[in-house]
Amino acid sequence: MSTETIAGRAVEVDSEGFLEDPKQWNEGIAEEIAHGNGIDHLTDRHWQVVKFMRTSYLENGTAPSIRSLGKLSGVPIKELYQLFPKGPAKLAAKIGGIPKPRGCI
Amino acid sequence: MRLPWPPNHALTMRQRIVILGGGTGGTMMANRLRRAHAQEDVDIVIVDRSDDHVYQPGLLFVPFQLARAAEITRPRAAQLRHGIELRRSEIDHVDLGASTVHLTDGPVLEYDLLVVATGAELLPEDTEGLTGPGWGEKVFTFYDLAGGQGLAAALAQFPGGRLVVNLVDMPIKCPVAPLEFAFLADWYLHDRGVREDVELSFVTPLDGAFTKPIASERLSSLLDEKGIELVTEFATGEVDGHGGRLVSYDEREVPFDLLVTVPLHGGAGYVARSPGLGDELGFVQTDPHTLQSRAAANVFAIGDATNLPTSKAGSVTHFEADVLTDNIGRFVHGLPLEGGFDGHANCFVETGFKKALLIDFNYDTEPLPGRFPGHAGPLPLLAESRLNHMGKLMFQWFYWHVLLPGRDIPGIPTQMSMAGKRAPAAQIQEVEQ
Repeated sequence: MSTETIAGRAVEVDSEGFLEDPKQWNEGIAEEIAHGNGIDHLTDRHWQVVKFMRTSYLENGTAPSIRSLGKLSGVPIKELYQLFPKGPAKLAAKIGGIPKPRGCI
Repeated sequence: MRLPWPPNHALTMRQRIVILGGGTGGTMMANRLRRAHAQEDVDIVIVDRSDDHVYQPGLLFVPFQLARAAEITRPRAAQLRHGIELRRSEIDHVDLGASTVHLTDGPVLEYDLLVVATGAELLPEDTEGLTGPGWGEKVFTFYDLAGGQGLAAALAQFPGGRLVVNLVDMPIKCPVAPLEFAFLADWYLHDRGVREDVELSFVTPLDGAFTKPIASERLSSLLDEKGIELVTEFATGEVDGHGGRLVSYDEREVPFDLLVTVPLHGGAGYVARSPGLGDELGFVQTDPHTLQSRAAANVFAIGDATNLPTSKAGSVTHFEADVLTDNIGRFVHGLPLEGGFDGHANCFVETGFKKALLIDFNYDTEPLPGRFPGHAGPLPLLAESRLNHMGKLMFQWFYWHVLLPGRDIPGIPTQMSMAGKRAPAAQIQEVEQ
């Protein structure tokens, strides 16, 4: 765990840059993490996914998998990969200020 | 503290327990509950749509002609004790509010307590192109009997080229089975004398060979030693059977001449038609320790049908059955449930050439190296041995004669034990806390 300054705010992050405490998150932090991961601008579609991930995590204590995200977020999987290249669930979690999704068994 | 158990009083009212699914979990639960409760106290009804009980771990061996359908299939009814009613029917839906199960041919079963044990289903049609051109010709799954038999014929004639083993996405039954398939294919092709003509590739959506780091590293080196290519973080979006290509959602491609795929899994179809029972994938939302469903207090779930973060495997179901039998006894007597299930899984991993690994883990402890069971146990954990392979083969006997009748395997506790396991330095502190 280390402290980083993101969008002018000191936050605790893990070794891969995921926020340790979801309460330290704000939308400015989301934008800056997105820029650092190859997303120039967070569109409404991005926000729909990021907010869905964040709400799911805060309500259930876990973030949904890509399959579940495709069924529940209103954004199909193909588009998720266009919005969040490589790993949509991981990247949306990082931008949304929640811990890295735990791999399933 | 444990409450006195079993309670020394009879039930005041006769109870009816309905079990959905007569596979591993349903059969074990019916037999255990029948032994635990007198027939005058509890009626037990089990519902399944087919007469055949397939020993699913045996499916892995069918493509290599090491097991035949007749050897791994037995009549469902013959696995059940006397005093259990078996209903053969499809299920339309469960009405949680009314505590009723609606069968597709009309009858409605009332229950006092419901056990959902209908496992997981394969959903090949949920992946674009998978069941299109080439399905059953150069695209197969070994996760059902028909697929495995078709694959056996294709493998026996495979002249060489690219053989790709792919799992589309988690969760799947027996998460180590795709790796075992790759290891056994390496051995089989070697024995057929064509291994040098085959490029064997293992394509997974995970970031390594397996879900847990220490086992993943060990299994990755095994793939490497056997000359099997490992392609990671490949989220299969489309199967092009005609062109022989796997295409990922982020537009990477893997070519194949023969594809062995593990399709997406979901819960049984009726779960989605039963409001409140399942999650978006059709798995029953279940308390990870008591196995009571989140849907209703008188509904419990076991085995592959649950949404629990542990392996979908027979060993898990067996350990769950012990806890669930106890909790159902408590429930019908109005006692509080106990949270005794720890996610324990215990799996042999065939690695070919008559050897296997063994892994033993739970919700909190990943598979670790060591000995099993206990410090002086004969079986090495996370290391290849012939004895583990013998264990895997012997397991089928235990399945029919010990697990399904609902008995315990001597020396194998329901809760995972750290005895014999070697935790890596970084974890020792955590374990001791």
